[in-house]
Amino acid sequence: MKQIGLYIHIPFCEKKCYYCDFTSVPGNMELIRKYEKYLIKEIVIQAEKFGKYDIGTIFIGGGTPSVLEQTSIGNILGIIRERFKIVPDAEISMEINPGTLTYEKAVSYKNAGINRVSMGIQSMNDNNLRIIGRIHSKDQVVSTVDILRNAGFENINGDLIFGLPHQSVDDFHKTLDKVKELNLEHISMYGLILEENTLLYHWYKKGLVSMPSEDEERHMYHSGIRMLEQNGYRQYEISNLAKKGFECRHNLGYWKLNPYIGVGLSSHSSIDNRRYWNTSVFNEYFSMIDENILPISGEETISKDLMESEYLILRIRLNEGISFVDYETRFNRSFMQKYERVVNKHIETGLLMISEDRISLTDKGKDLSNLVEVDFLP
Amino acid sequence: MRVKQENIRNFSIIAHIDHGKSTLADRLIEMTGMLTSREMQEQVLDKMDLERERGITIKLKAVRLVYKAKDGEEYVFNLIDTPGHVDFNYEVSRSLAACEGAVLVVDATQGVEAQTLANVYLAIDQDLEILPVINKIDLPSARPEEIIDEIEDIIGIESRDAPLISAKDGLNVEQVLEAIVAKVPAPLGDPKAPLKALIFDSYYDSYKGVTCYIRVFEGQVKAGMIVKMMATEKSFEVTEVGVNTSKHIPMDSLSAGEVGYLTASIKNVKEARVGDTITDPKNPTPEPLPGYKKVIPMVYCGIYPAEGEDFNTVRDALEKLQVNDAALVFEPETSVALGFGFRCGFLGLLHMEIVQERLEREFDLNIITTAPSVIYRITKTSGEVIEIQNPSNLPAPSEISYMEEPVVSASIMTPTEYVGPIMELCQNKRGAFKNMEYLEETRVVLHYDLPLNEVIYDFFDALKSKTRGYASLDYELKGYQQSELVKMDILINAELVDAFSLIVHEDKAYERGRSIAERLVDVIPRHQFAVPIQATIGTKVIARETIRALRKDVLAKCYGGDISRKRKLLEKQKEGKKRMRQIGSVEVPQEAFLTVLKYDEKK
Repeated sequence: MKQIGLYIHIPFCEKKCYYCDFTSVPGNMELIRKYEKYLIKEIVIQAEKFGKYDIGTIFIGGGTPSVLEQTSIGNILGIIRERFKIVPDAEISMEINPGTLTYEKAVSYKNAGINRVSMGIQSMNDNNLRIIGRIHSKDQVVSTVDILRNAGFENINGDLIFGLPHQSVDDFHKTLDKVKELNLEHISMYGLILEENTLLYHWYKKGLVSMPSEDEERHMYHSGIRMLEQNGYRQYEISNLAKKGFECRHNLGYWKLNPYIGVGLSSHSSIDNRRYWNTSVFNEYFSMIDENILPISGEETISKDLMESEYLILRIRLNEGISFVDYETRFNRSFMQKYERVVNKHIETGLLMISEDRISLTDKGKDLSNLVEVDFLP
Repeated sequence: MRVKQENIRNFSIIAHIDHGKSTLADRLIEMTGMLTSREMQEQVLDKMDLERERGITIKLKAVRLVYKAKDGEEYVFNLIDTPGHVDFNYEVSRSLAACEGAVLVVDATQGVEAQTLANVYLAIDQDLEILPVINKIDLPSARPEEIIDEIEDIIGIESRDAPLISAKDGLNVEQVLEAIVAKVPAPLGDPKAPLKALIFDSYYDSYKGVTCYIRVFEGQVKAGMIVKMMATEKSFEVTEVGVNTSKHIPMDSLSAGEVGYLTASIKNVKEARVGDTITDPKNPTPEPLPGYKKVIPMVYCGIYPAEGEDFNTVRDALEKLQVNDAALVFEPETSVALGFGFRCGFLGLLHMEIVQERLEREFDLNIITTAPSVIYRITKTSGEVIEIQNPSNLPAPSEISYMEEPVVSASIMTPTEYVGPIMELCQNKRGAFKNMEYLEETRVVLHYDLPLNEVIYDFFDALKSKTRGYASLDYELKGYQQSELVKMDILINAELVDAFSLIVHEDKAYERGRSIAERLVDVIPRHQFAVPIQATIGTKVIARETIRALRKDVLAKCYGGDISRKRKLLEKQKEGKKRMRQIGSVEVPQEAFLTVLKYDEKK
């Protein structure tokens, strides 16, 4: 039986970061408790349909899952264990924010079965952190890592954002130097995207904050990747690096189009050749679950052609790129026969490189990957 | 019942836009009958029903009204509509030629405006009796006395007795009707003489073919008769004649002095041109009516199918428009940048915009329009004189002895506070100041000679913007003047894009080149490589800008739910690419071709 991924969304934060346009609200305890109750009900409904699948990975994300009460994570994982089969070596991740974690909480997560923690570090410069609305400091990052290690976590990710307001290349290098010392197993490194409905975007439009130039931002990216690679990390996706064997299996599942179900407000599912998503309105979410139906608000049929382009778009973002053999087994035709023109065009402009069994993005291709991906649309 | 010739009154209403021409027309129609009392009883309703069933809409270019005057007599009024824009001056003059009088409507708050003057002069040229009427006297800001003075001073026509009306409320409109009876002369002309009738408008519909609106000056025309168009020398058998009320009412005949319509299975408006004289080939009138002109386009531009649009569809649409628009000309042409398209000629800018808009709206076409051009006259060193309107056809500079460009005499009417900015604008557009007339203390009319190629560029927009819409403009072609003109080309990534080439005055080239280059930098998306934009004259680069290379086009995160969102973003990106024109290795969006024409507020 094929393994699936399970995503659980916790849409609450103590405070919304200024760059964030995800579904999250500053929750009060009453709403948080109610949500947790419904989340568990939804898992039960999901299990009626998908309980036959083995769960290979679980990812509890948000929002900030650590705003839940200490026992909640155990309750949620408990019901999953009761209704689904979780494979023995499953990767079970959860997101936490530095500064919100006590040793007791960390131990309780560990005991509940969490074996990977993803931490939003973003920067090791307190000025950077303040301007993007993070509530933690760089010192709290260090102490949180200590707590996690003491509680026995051996697989920790740190999320970094570069291209922050007023950030210089040198600032970012200093952040990386400090992050290296934390000796985490996994690093995600995202270029900041100014999303339209965020405070930061609004400030930028009004000229209240200045952003690094495109050249500086790209320099941060490439030099950042190089620095981390010199320190034992290996890049495996445009924004992700890991020490050997610590690549995030849950995310790789997305990128390899493996089936997954999402539980909770606004989460997405892709399973049995359907793609659908839950409502992002609390009241709708609650009332649908009260009616004992899945709180789905939208659906998309993925045709064979779309499936193929998504496969290519996601694969090309991986360092291993698109393997001719894998493509052929999946789609029953030769990759180069269909895409020779596109591939040659992008080799010529230096975005793609080709070896005997695969194509992948060059460094320049990683800057301009959309240009390649567009050509993989049907 | 045949109406006595002395009881017919043929007239137009002339006015500046918004001074109340159509409101007054509506009121006149309301306050009169459409039919004589006898015709009322005989109304040919079945005919109308048939037309209604077929969904034919009749364009009312002339409407027949019946007015029972205070003297107890019934009068037939033929109210002839005139298009109100400078582009259609010739059509206006032909409509006026069908009349004996004109009601001049002047807004009691605004006074005489540029178009008022232009139309009055056309009416005076036709020897029409002019009846001034002061409208909108109900408005608190009305100044009828001053306006009357203004009309007398500027136009020089007696206006003491002008009816003071409010067309909106119907106030004193009866005075207008009585003035028409009393002052507009009845038509003359011998009904027994050889046929002589003027076509003052014609339009096409797919059921009847071309319908001509005519004014009979001499003789008689009836169904079944063979008639000849004297200018085009084409003959047709008349299928129907009649008059217009709210609909076409067939009549046995139309006689000298009468206005009505005529159909004769004519297939194209080109065969029944406005201004042509209709006669009886067996018993022809010795001389056609004066004033016929074959309309000549003044402004040209390229019209190309946009990406994904079919050349043949555009051609079919242009052909359909042409059936109804004798002034529209077009021929196929090829552009390196835009592929196959058409060179189209228009009466003026408004006419050009109307045609573009009809292509887009009525025919649902996606088209690209190139910068408008005028007709330049080139005397070659060989002595040969040629006329060109497409910059690409300009001979090499070494073959050119000298060039001439069309010049218009323009009248700009404006409140005095804008005289400065307007003079600056005209100066900037190479205008030659003629004189300035004071209409009253706060309003003047400025007379300038302006090169037409400056007028068609962005003059209207600039004038509007600099005077907050208060100035009005009127112009007519004056002639040609020798001028230092050059062809300016635009190179994108070192490739010449013919669709951007322009003929400009030497002194304006630098500024235009820089402004176009700057705008192209804004509208052309960044590429993987830097794209230089250059404006050149011959081999000399006069302006240069660079579109910086694209450094980053990547989505950082791409997780489960994001893939749908991500794919949609990419789909949008791809959709945008589809609408681009590939010029060498550069993708140019279609709006780039439009941007070049737009008025630059910053200047």
